Order: sequence, then structure tokens, then C-alpha cells
Amino acid sequence: MKYWDIFVAFFIPGILGYGGGPASIPLVENEVVDRYGWMTVQEFSEVLALGNSLPGPIATKMAGYIGYDVGGVLGAFVGVFAAVAPSLIIMILLFGILLKYKDSPKVKRLTLYVRPVIAILLGVMAWSFFQESIVGIGFWQTAVIIIVSYLLLERVKWHPAFVIIGAFVYGGFFL
Amino acid sequence: MRTHWNIFIAFFRVGMLGYGGGPGSIPLIHKEVVDKYKWMTADEFGDLLALGNTLPGPIATKLAGYIGYRVTGLWGMINAVLASIIPTIILMIVLLTSLSSIRNFDWVQGMTAAVIPVVGVMLAVLTWQFIDKAIGGMGWLQTGIMSAIVFILLQFMNVHPGIVIGALLVIALVQKDKSKRDDGSREGGTS
Repeated sequence: MKYWDIFVAFFIPGILGYGGGPASIPLVENEVVDRYGWMTVQEFSEVLALGNSLPGPIATKMAGYIGYDVGGVLGAFVGVFAAVAPSLIIMILLFGILLKYKDSPKVKRLTLYVRPVIAILLGVMAWSFFQESIVGIGFWQTAVIIIVSYLLLERVKWHPAFVIIGAFVYGGFFL
Repeated sequence: MRTHWNIFIAFFRVGMLGYGGGPGSIPLIHKEVVDKYKWMTADEFGDLLALGNTLPGPIATKLAGYIGYRVTGLWGMINAVLASIIPTIILMIVLLTSLSSIRNFDWVQGMTAAVIPVVGVMLAVLTWQFIDKAIGGMGWLQTGIMSAIVFILLQFMNVHPGIVIGALLVIALVQKDKSKRDDGSREGGTS
């Protein structure tokens, strides 16, 4: 039953996450935090932070770690399989047919229509992270970290890994 | 055997150097597959990428799996997918497990508290990228209306996102094609 739950929790984001790995982040959160209650928002944000500071595809890192956390090595395997296999199998089996229709407006609309949903889910998640942080360390600390990390990431173009390490250092000394 | 070793090394390098999630590794895959090992031409890779983007799920593993399959069949596929994901998954499990065993120290709690707003900022940036691409594809009016409806469905009526996405996919497929050409949707396709 546990392994079935892990399978479902990563199969749904895998099969609905249009827009690559990042699109499946909020869908994974929906299953893992809201539906199955395997982690708190705080724990999920740690997984995401660490995932973002390590190389490699993000969706499979989350599936692997959360699967491991819930069900050990077999859980990790089930999580990764559920996230990767369905769309990979479709791709291999239907490559010829898909290639023929890749320029069809219908196929293009598939990705297009899903974008606002992913945007809303990501936005709501960002908002819940900010709220969580205000409750934990107060408004001013949160605001300063938000502004500094935004400037470093988007203006100075620091690598996310360095920004996250910077946040770890700041938090370790001052919070 | 030599080919399997090459597949492994190619996707291992991609996995270990691809910062920024799956999309960050696309240029690295291109470099290995087209330039270095010449398993496919640049055109074929372009088709593969376009197709991968129209399907759901993580993009890096779809590319790795399909390319591995094309080069040496089923085992090539398994080899390529595992090479690109296993190293960082193991790293992740080791780091997070050691983090949770020292969680009760004050400084560790400070560290994890400070990282939450940073991740919030990264998500906010991603949010903006998806909105921006949606606007590029279907204009700001349609994006705005759709976003508002989706927001109400998800936040106030607590509809599972899977149902909303599923419904939109069905609409995308059954909707009649407009006669005018739909140009804006290609440019945002690489995510």
C-alpha cells in the first residue's frame, strides 16, 4: 500500500507536469505535503533547496529522496520509476506518430494551456513559503533575505547553489 | 561494451554538471550526443527536444532515455537514465539524512530557516517565467482570465490540480484549430 501511494504520488506529477521538471514541483508538493502528509512545508522546502543546489534533474532528485524517506531504497526506486517511466515510454513507443504531429496546433496547445496552471501552483507555493518564513523568523528577517537573494539570483546572476550556501551561513550565525 | 561505457560517461557528466534542474542540462546533452559521440544530428536532436517538450514529465530523463534507447536499445535506455539521475539522488539522500540527524542544534535550525525565503524567491521567479511564456503563447488577456479561473478552482474550491490540468488537456485537443497561424508558442518551448 505504501509503495502504491509512492507510485501514485509521483506518477501524477510525472504525467501532468508539462513544462519539464520544474513544472512538476508544485504537483509533487500537492501530493507529498497536502495529500499524503509525508512532509511539512518546511521539510519540503529543505528538499527543494538542497535539490536546487545540487546538479541534475530536479524532479527525479525529489522523487528519489522522498521515495527513500517514505519507503527506503525500494521506495526511492518506485518514486523515480513513477516519475520517469510513463512519459519516457510514450516517447519511445510513439516517437514516429508524435514527430508527425509535433507542429500541429493541437499538440502545441497541450503545453500552452497548462502553463497558467503551473504558474498559479508555483505562485501559491512561493507565497506559502514566505508566510511560513514570516511565522518562523519574523517579517523583517524574511524581507531582507527575500530582497538580498532576489538581487543576487536575478541581478548579480549568482549561481543558486552559492545563494543557498550563503543563506545557510547567514542562518547558522544570525538566526 | 564500449558503447555502453560511452553512454554511461556521457550522461553521468550531464547529470553531474547540469545545474538548474533538467532544462539546465539540455545544452550539455546536445554537446555529448551531437558534438562528441555523434549519435544523432543537430536536426534530429532539435526534433527530439521539440517532441520532449510536448510530452509531460521531466525533460532530462526523457532525452537521456530516448537517446540511450536509440543507441543500444533497452539496456542503453536504462543505462542513460540511471547515469544521469543516480549520482545526485545518492548525494541528496546522504546530505538530507545527515542534516536531519543534527537538526536539534540551534545553528542547523537557523540554517534551514534562512533557506525557506530563498526557495520562495526561486519559486516566484519560476512563476514569473511560466506566466511570461503563457503570455508569449496566447496573449496577456487570455492568460489573465485563465489564471484567475484556475486560481479560484484550486484555492477556493480545492479542486485537485490534476483534474484542472486534465480538463485543459482535453480542451486543447478537442478545440477547433483557428485558421490564423499560431506563431508565439514556439519560442517558449525549451523548458
